Amino acid sequence: MGQVYKSLSIANPDPLGMSAAQKLFSAIGIIGLGLIVLAGFGMNFTTSSVSLSISIILIMTGIIGYAYFTYATEAPGIKNNGIQFSGTMSRGVIGWILGILMTGFYVLLYWYPHLLGKGVGADGANAGVVGLFDPLAMAMKGTPASEWFVYGTLYTVAIVSFGVRFIWKYRHNRYQIIRTLSVMFFQLFLAFLIPELLEGLNAEYSSKWFDKDIKNMWPLDYDLFDQWHINNMSAAGVMGWTFLISSLAMIFVVSPFLTYKYGKRWYCSWVCGCGGLAETAGDPWRHLSDKSVKAWKVERWMIHSVLIFSIVMTIAVVYGYLGNDPDQYYITRTMFTMIIVGLILLVGGIMSYFIYNRGNRSDLKMISLGIFGLIGIILLINYFTGSGNAFFLSNYTFKKWYGLLIGAAFSGVVGVGFYPLMGSRVWCRFGCPMAALLGIQQKFFSRFRITTNGSQCISCGNCSTYCEMGIDVRAYAQKGQDIVRASCVGCGVCAAVCPRGVLKLENGTEDIYEKGLDIRNDHVKLVG
Amino acid sequence: MHVVIVGNGISGITAARWLRKLNDGTKITVISSESKFFYSRTALMYMYMGHMTLENTQPYEDWFWEKNRIGLLQDHVNSIDFDQKTLSLKAGGNMGYDKLILALGSKSNKFGWPGQDLNKVGGLYHLQDLVQMEKNSKGLKRAVICGGGLIGIEMAEMFHSRHIDVTMLVRESNYWDNILPPEEATMISNHIKSRHIDLRLGVNLGEIVDDGSGNACAVIVKETGERIDCGYVGLTAGVSPNVGWLKDTELNVNRGIVVDEYLQTNIKDVYAIGDCSEHSDPKPGRRPIEAIWYTGRMMGETVAYNISGKQVSYDPGIWFNSAKFIDIEYQVYGDVLARPPENHTSIIWQDTSGEKSVRIVYDKNDHTIVGFNLFGVRYRHEVCEKWLAEKTPVETVLQNLELAHFDPEFYKSYADEVIGTYNKATGKSLKRKKMNGLNKVLQFLRA
Repeated sequence: MGQVYKSLSIANPDPLGMSAAQKLFSAIGIIGLGLIVLAGFGMNFTTSSVSLSISIILIMTGIIGYAYFTYATEAPGIKNNGIQFSGTMSRGVIGWILGILMTGFYVLLYWYPHLLGKGVGADGANAGVVGLFDPLAMAMKGTPASEWFVYGTLYTVAIVSFGVRFIWKYRHNRYQIIRTLSVMFFQLFLAFLIPELLEGLNAEYSSKWFDKDIKNMWPLDYDLFDQWHINNMSAAGVMGWTFLISSLAMIFVVSPFLTYKYGKRWYCSWVCGCGGLAETAGDPWRHLSDKSVKAWKVERWMIHSVLIFSIVMTIAVVYGYLGNDPDQYYITRTMFTMIIVGLILLVGGIMSYFIYNRGNRSDLKMISLGIFGLIGIILLINYFTGSGNAFFLSNYTFKKWYGLLIGAAFSGVVGVGFYPLMGSRVWCRFGCPMAALLGIQQKFFSRFRITTNGSQCISCGNCSTYCEMGIDVRAYAQKGQDIVRASCVGCGVCAAVCPRGVLKLENGTEDIYEKGLDIRNDHVKLVG
Repeated sequence: MHVVIVGNGISGITAARWLRKLNDGTKITVISSESKFFYSRTALMYMYMGHMTLENTQPYEDWFWEKNRIGLLQDHVNSIDFDQKTLSLKAGGNMGYDKLILALGSKSNKFGWPGQDLNKVGGLYHLQDLVQMEKNSKGLKRAVICGGGLIGIEMAEMFHSRHIDVTMLVRESNYWDNILPPEEATMISNHIKSRHIDLRLGVNLGEIVDDGSGNACAVIVKETGERIDCGYVGLTAGVSPNVGWLKDTELNVNRGIVVDEYLQTNIKDVYAIGDCSEHSDPKPGRRPIEAIWYTGRMMGETVAYNISGKQVSYDPGIWFNSAKFIDIEYQVYGDVLARPPENHTSIIWQDTSGEKSVRIVYDKNDHTIVGFNLFGVRYRHEVCEKWLAEKTPVETVLQNLELAHFDPEFYKSYADEVIGTYNKATGKSLKRKKMNGLNKVLQFLRA
């Protein structure tokens, strides 16, 4: 049957071509992107404010126009027609080229910003691509653009335009429409406009930069507790303190509460910027996630390792600077150590208690191992930082490696660059410490689950195929079992693509864990 | 003990899985000539449409079979010697068995139409049918599909997804109106037409025209004599048990292989399950042959129990089913008949879009709930099942209708509209109780 497989999936002998309108709008989008690339090679046809405006308008027109002629010309409904035949969407030549180009962009952004024109003009002014974005940055906050401003702008353009595409694609589905409007809103306003405008409005603190994207939470935002960041926040007046307190409230109050009520989806597929990009620009590749049991195993080891890495790194960094000047901060090293050990024991204790009660010993073993491992590490840090070092490395060495490996290489280069090769949620699934943390809560202390509609499942596999997190949804659905998985971001696409109305995202206080284990057994009624 | 299962569809594979769950020592072999690995037949259409690959339609990874010691053999069973308990295989050689499970599936019906065996004519049941469709789709301008029903509409949607024009010849005066009540049949007929499929109602296939080289090139409509040129002819006038090759053996074969309530045939140690089985004494309200995904699954599980020495009679429970007609999902729970018996009455609410409807069928005399027919609206299986099993009064069902709501969050439940329809028909003034949310559902199901 190898032959069959080939003819059915790798190359459709009779692919649907692009319509004339689709070709036109692709061309428009590519010209828009081309203007930015040309700027990168030092070519500016006109003033950069005009070029930039034209470029952004062309890109958005291209994406939205293409989407319109793809979906709005079809009747509303699930129209994943031809996805498995498309080279762009199923790792064909164009898919690979796109993957390489996107990866290349991230490499330039993180490690070679001068190649994008950052500070290479006369007197350190910007040129090239970054220079192209100077007028917009000047207008918004009165300072020249940085490579991160360029990135933020393009990121927002992508989420908004591909968000429109997604809404068109799922216009029959109110959950998808509202959810997508939410990610578009949070990116456009909370991640982009408000922070950039606040920069301009608080120009007197311009040397005291700190992250003004309130939804960017620790541990996803791994800089939050850095010395410079805390110092800048506390130095930036009421605004700084507001952000510091809000950030802590988000981590310790808002997030646990919302995750309890609605699952991690409140963040991962409704609010988060990484999730927002994956759900919109990444949507054409969502089916490329690996559904194998092996991938699931790799996922659990990787994501929880990153979580532990990020916690250890943060503790090491904070510990490091608290000791340098005992009078500078309200908290001393000893207090900090007590708080951390106390928190770990508390959280670990509660978790162990619940898990033990439910008789799941193997999870318990892993979690205890994690907890005691962490405590051990802290004690080691405590010991070694007597000389200012943790593990014979300076505390900022941890930070440096974390930033390089996780912050840049994983979340950016692999996370987004590999969309066309490994699917849209590589980072969220294998690397995001925030997702790991929310996932643990979702698995054990949340009302959220996906329920299965009795025995209606026909095992077709649409749900598993289109799960961007690589969850084998069908494995549960065909047993009539509810789905309670740490990794589920609650995008709702499994329920949308199901042709038989089998899946529903729900919240309920009752027996989430037992319901997750329970298999509907209506097939055989044993006598006696 | 060596159990041999012929057929690796949902019935055969479920039997194999349950046999392994119930017995560690049994040797299990599954033989299929269709495919090496189990895939979901229900997803054939999605492969053609490019939603999924063959791999995506396989519910178990390839290592699963070896790990669970389920032997897979891709071969064709030519004949069975029931006395010697051996199978004769096409690739050569024989295979002995201690217990035999026949899970042979169906084949597409052909009613002796002239030209029915030409090239470029095919049904939609096997992977091989899909390969045929794929091979003949290149440059295809128009396909004619003969037969309504669930496979016909799937095939229409498949061709439509590739922008190939489709003409459907349907015997009934409205699409699937031998199963659906008139309002729903009309709604679906209109939906099919709205998707630019050339739906011809009340007509039959007369003959398929040979282009002179053994390929179909047109069909002739029986009633009108009209010739419709086309490059492919789909035969989707239902399926029947794939048992022709067993007709002249000592096995009791009627339309299907006749089995008792324990899925045993007339020959000791030989069982039949799924599409190919015909129940000699079906449960009330169930037909002797039901070629449905979930009944295959249930029979697979039941037969595994019986072979494992735990006698269980096959009981598919209260009728339910589902389908999708292009963009309209369909669910049914309980008895909703095109020609209902005298004691059934019903109310139907239809959305102005013509793509949603809810029909509630109840007993005219004792006012108990009888069935739910749902289009473009999802209801919860367990809730409907409980109402039906307990013969709940229809008015109780209506007031608590939100319990059954299974559409995604932010969707309307349409409970008020359905209750309003009932009130209007009966002059009552029932009100909806607030019953939304999973907690209420779980409380109800446990009560």
